[in-house]
Amino acid sequence: MATVDQAVRLRTGTRSERLVRWVTRTPIHIGLIAIAVIWLVPTVGLALTSFRKPENIANSGWWHAFTQWDWTLHNYGSVIHATGMGHAWVNSLIITVPATLLPLTLGALAAFGFAWIPFPFRDTLFLLIVALMIVPIQTSLVPLLKLFAEHGHLNNGYWGIWLAHTAFGLPLAVFLLRNFFITLPKDLIEAARMDGASNLSIFRRIVVPLSVPALASFGIFQFLWVWNDLLMALIFVSDPSKQPMTVRIPYLISTYGQEYNLLAAAAFLLMIVPLIVFFALQRYFVQGLLAGSVKS
Amino acid sequence: MSTQPLPAPAAPAPDAKGHQVLLRSRVEGLKGFLFVLPALVVLAIFLIYPAYYTIRLAFYEGDFHFGFFHYLGIENFKQLLTNDKDFLDLSKFPPGGALINNLRWLIVYISLSLLIGLGLAVLAVRVRYERFVKTAIFVPMAIAAVAVGIIWLLVYSPDADVGVLNALLRGGGLHTQSWLGNPSLVNYALIFAYIWASVGFVMVVLSAAIKGLPADVLEAARVDGANEWQIFRRIMFPLLSLPISVVTIWLFINVIKVFDIIYVMTGGGPGTSSRVIAFTMYEETFHNGRPGYGAAVAVIMLVLIAPVMVLNVRRFRSERVVA
Repeated sequence: MATVDQAVRLRTGTRSERLVRWVTRTPIHIGLIAIAVIWLVPTVGLALTSFRKPENIANSGWWHAFTQWDWTLHNYGSVIHATGMGHAWVNSLIITVPATLLPLTLGALAAFGFAWIPFPFRDTLFLLIVALMIVPIQTSLVPLLKLFAEHGHLNNGYWGIWLAHTAFGLPLAVFLLRNFFITLPKDLIEAARMDGASNLSIFRRIVVPLSVPALASFGIFQFLWVWNDLLMALIFVSDPSKQPMTVRIPYLISTYGQEYNLLAAAAFLLMIVPLIVFFALQRYFVQGLLAGSVKS
Repeated sequence: MSTQPLPAPAAPAPDAKGHQVLLRSRVEGLKGFLFVLPALVVLAIFLIYPAYYTIRLAFYEGDFHFGFFHYLGIENFKQLLTNDKDFLDLSKFPPGGALINNLRWLIVYISLSLLIGLGLAVLAVRVRYERFVKTAIFVPMAIAAVAVGIIWLLVYSPDADVGVLNALLRGGGLHTQSWLGNPSLVNYALIFAYIWASVGFVMVVLSAAIKGLPADVLEAARVDGANEWQIFRRIMFPLLSLPISVVTIWLFINVIKVFDIIYVMTGGGPGTSSRVIAFTMYEETFHNGRPGYGAAVAVIMLVLIAPVMVLNVRRFRSERVVA
C-alpha cells in the first residue's frame, strides 16, 4: 500500500506548478531549519565550551570559539583526573552492565513461561506485571534502603542498585519479550517439543536466537535507562568512591559552580556513551524507546 | 507505532479427559511456573513489598531508621494538602507549591511537546532533509537529564557573556533575565529544557503513525478539493488519535516523575519555587528526616499514576496492545 511518505514525494508537475509549490513551501523550510538549529545550538554550545580555555569562557561566550581558536583538551584531563570523573565513569559502567543483563535474563525466562507454557493464573500474573510497569520509583526508595542497610549492607556495594534496577526493569522486559515471543512460529516450538526437547533447550536454541532484535531493543533501553539514572544511584550507592557520574556531576556543580569548562567536559563524558549507542544502534535504539513508551 | 491485535493465547487449555493428560499438564504448569518464578520473587521483594511498606508508612510518623514510629492516621495527607505552603499554597495568586508547579508542568509541558512534536512530524515528511531534522531533534532523547541540566544551565546563564539566551536579548537591546533565579520564570525555564529533551520522542512516534496512514484516502480528499489544513484537521488528526493518546500518557508519566533535571538545575529553588511532587518526596524523606511525610507524597504520586495503570491493563485486556 502506498503511504503518505511516497505520495508526497512522487507528486510532480509542470514547471510553474513546481515554482508555486516551492514558494508556498518556503515557510515550511524556514520553520523546520529554524527548529533544527534551535535544537542543536545548546548541545553545540556545550561541546565548544568543553574545548575552550577557562579564562576565555569567563570573558566571552562559546560562539566566539570560532574566531578565538583557543581549543584545548586540558578540560578533559582535569575533569577525568582531578575531579575523579574518570573513576565515576567506570563506576557507571560497573553499575550499568549487570543492571542490564540481570533483568534481561530473568525477564526473558519469565516471558518464555508466559508466552509458551500454560500454567495456572498465567494471565492474571501477566496483567499484574503490566500494571507494575509504571509504579513510581519513589514508593520503593525508603523500604529498599532499609532492607539493604539491614541485610548485608547492600547499599555499600553495588548489589543494592543492581537488584533495584532489575526489579524496575523487569516488568517492561517481561511485557516486551512476551509480546515478541508469542509471535514466533508455533509449529517450530511444537515440533521441538515432539522431538523431546526440554523447555530450557527450546528457550536457548530456538527462542533466544530468533528474538535478537527484541532482546537488543530492551537491552539498549535498559542500558541507557540505568546509565542515565540519577535518583536510584543517589539513594542506593552511598559510598562516594563507588558513585556513578550522574551522582558525582551535581557535586561538581555545587563545587565548581561557574566553571563551565569542567562542567561541560564532565557532561560530555557522560553523554558520549548514549551518543555512541544512538549512532551505532539507531534502529534498535528507536525501537526500544518506542517500546519503552509504555513505561516512562 | 501501530496497534496490533494480540495473538491468541499460546496453547489451548489442556483437555482434561484422561488422567495422563491431566498429570502431564500439571507437570507442564509447574515447569512454566519455574521460568516465571525468579522474576516474580524479585518483583515481590523489591517492588510489591516496598510499595505496601510505603503506603503503610504514609500513615505514620517515621523514625530515623525508616521504621513506624507513631501512628498518625491521615494526618500527613491533611498536613500536605492544607497546611504546607511548599506543597500546596492556594492563599496567594497565582497559587504556588509543588503540586501547583506540577500542574504548570502538566499543562505547558504536555501541550507544547505535543504541538511541536506533531508539527514536526507533519512537516518533516515533506522535505528531503527529513533525516537530518529528525536526528537533530531526537538526539537529546538519549542524553541523561543530568547532562540536559548542564546544557541548559549554560544556555540560561545570567551572564550575557556566557549564556546564549541572554546574549541574544542583549544583542536585541533587551534586558537580560535571571531565568533560573526569578521565581516567576524558573518553572517555565525548566519546563522548556525538558520539552527540548522530549519532543524527539513525540515526533518519532507520530511520524511513524503518519507514514502508516492510507495514502489513497488522503489523495481522494485532495481530488475532492480539500486543502492541506482540512486534510490535516479532518482526516489525519482523527486517524492519529490513538498514537497521540499514547504519547500524551507518556508525557503525563514524565510530568509526575520529573526529578533529575530539577535536582541538577535549581535544587527546587530559588527558595522552594521550582519544587515538584517527586522533589518534595526526596527532600522531606532524605533531607528533612520525615520519612512518613515523604511516604505520603509518594502515595500521592502513586494515586496520580494509578489511572494509567488501570488504562494499560484495560487496553491489554481488550486485546489491543501498543507494540
